Amino acid sequence: MNKEALIPKLGVITDVRIDTPDVKTFRVVTTDGVKPFEHRPGQCAMLSIPGVGEAMFSITSSPTNTEFMEFSIKRCGCVTEWLHQAEAGQQVTIRGPYGKPFPVDDEFAGKDLVFIAGGIAIAPLRSVINYCRHYRDRYGKIDIVYGARSKDDLVDYKEIVDEWCTDGGADVHLTIDREQEGWDGHVGFVPSYVKELAFSTDKTVILCGPPIMIKFTLEALMEMGFDKKQIYTTLEMRMKCGIGKCGRCNVGSKYICKDGPVFRFDELDELPDEY
Amino acid sequence: MRKCSLTSLDALLKKIAEQNAVYLPVDDGEGRAAYKQWEEGVKMSDALNTVRSPKDFFFPQTENLMEFKTEGKKIEIIDTRSESEDFVIFGVRACDVKSFEVLDNVFLKDPVDTYYASRREHGVIVSMACTRPTETCFCQTFGIDAAEPCGDISAWKTETDLYLEAKTEKGEKLMALLESLTEACDSAAVEAQKKETAEIMKKLPLAGLSTAGFGGDKTDELFDAPEWKTLSQSCLGCGTCTFVCPTCQCYDIKDFNTGKEIIRFRCWDSCMYSEFTKMSAGQPRLSQVERFRQRFMHKLVYYPTNNNGLYSCVGCGRCLAKCPISMNIVKVMKTIGEKAE
Repeated sequence: MNKEALIPKLGVITDVRIDTPDVKTFRVVTTDGVKPFEHRPGQCAMLSIPGVGEAMFSITSSPTNTEFMEFSIKRCGCVTEWLHQAEAGQQVTIRGPYGKPFPVDDEFAGKDLVFIAGGIAIAPLRSVINYCRHYRDRYGKIDIVYGARSKDDLVDYKEIVDEWCTDGGADVHLTIDREQEGWDGHVGFVPSYVKELAFSTDKTVILCGPPIMIKFTLEALMEMGFDKKQIYTTLEMRMKCGIGKCGRCNVGSKYICKDGPVFRFDELDELPDEY
Repeated sequence: MRKCSLTSLDALLKKIAEQNAVYLPVDDGEGRAAYKQWEEGVKMSDALNTVRSPKDFFFPQTENLMEFKTEGKKIEIIDTRSESEDFVIFGVRACDVKSFEVLDNVFLKDPVDTYYASRREHGVIVSMACTRPTETCFCQTFGIDAAEPCGDISAWKTETDLYLEAKTEKGEKLMALLESLTEACDSAAVEAQKKETAEIMKKLPLAGLSTAGFGGDKTDELFDAPEWKTLSQSCLGCGTCTFVCPTCQCYDIKDFNTGKEIIRFRCWDSCMYSEFTKMSAGQPRLSQVERFRQRFMHKLVYYPTNNNGLYSCVGCGRCLAKCPISMNIVKVMKTIGEKAE
């Protein structure tokens, strides 16, 4: 019988990293110990625990990682709650990759990139950031603006501090919402920080975060003179099939699972405001 | 074209049933018809159509997709798929035949849904022309001819005879099986019936219903129409329209633990339900207005955008007959479409 998209592969969680009080990063390989499948930056995968459920997650690791896949997952529902209890050695099912990736090899090529993320939204962007860092000479200047509620809520903090901040490949601008002991970095919300940083408007922006943060950051970028055609984001919707059939993530004539999740803001303007 | 006397319909069905399971509309004794498997003594219903659409044959209300066995941290994935056996659906109306095309565009598009594809490949459709379309019928709005149904074999029933015409390779194969029970004939009686039905169609109350105002490019124009609010006001969100609809194909995937194994199954779902889009991160369609609008915008605007203008409604009228508050796609088309026009 032909291959069926809905039937997953078997995966194993080989490492669980505690990132924040409610985010853990899971390393997944197949039972043979290899990466489950190839993907492009920004694509997603369906993870499931039989009996608990299946859910769509963005693939946090870069495609340039040849050994395993990583998923940074916030505890917020049924499947994620269960995953947060899981230990190394736990098998899961995995299928994918799903969705349209970020245009890293065409539209992004040669451009200055500004990544702007809030909270857990660093998860989908980490794949893109590490891809661009890997092929560093294909891009212009890279800036990363990342904000979280507190220092303890910054996901991938160690990698950011030890690698992103030190190898000279990118300028990293971290911010937290309120003053905190032991934090001497920037304090304040992402939208105002973006304005403060006064990026020149010839840059390409990749923006992802909670809806309210996206709304105000987009407004800030518009005020600064950016065009919606320069700003990319990735959307989150409930999904069941991942292949544009179950109808759940249908917005206008698009299915977020296959026509997205990556969109440019000018493309989103053509969709009904239901995401 | 070939024909046989209606008195030999049983013999004909028996002949088909010798090789394949045959399903046909059968009366339940309370004025309703439903598809049942033919066996000796089962009579074909004369009802205009079945309460439930025949989409179950290809896209069942619930179906098991796969199984899992778990032990400690280990999982075993069991592919429980089996190739479907050949079967014949006898007596499908023109509207319902068209609905299969609407479903094909979803399930057979890459990546192909192998569960659906297997049944579709093994199902042979014998359609039956309508002679008594009724007040809830509006298939003609979507360019469907009730008197000229497609399918693998088209059939027409007159007072005395059954006329059959193969339309596809699958249909020809089945016709060959029936050769000894049928005789070659001209199409005069069928043509006469088509004319008669066409006259009835012209006089139906919904004969003038038009798709004007809808179509692939109408999202901006129709999405914010204030009428969605008034139209959806009394919608109970019961989902009956979705379940009787031959073209609704949204589904859910869930796991059921039997105690021995875990079954992952798929079942029909409805965009009219509040849980449909609800995530832990939020709910993009907060009220029934948005959910109601989604169903009709999908059928009349979004689906046509992605499918060369084909509408995801075939005018079967089931939702008109079954909605507990008498809201339906016709009211939507009349209210919103005419305004946009």
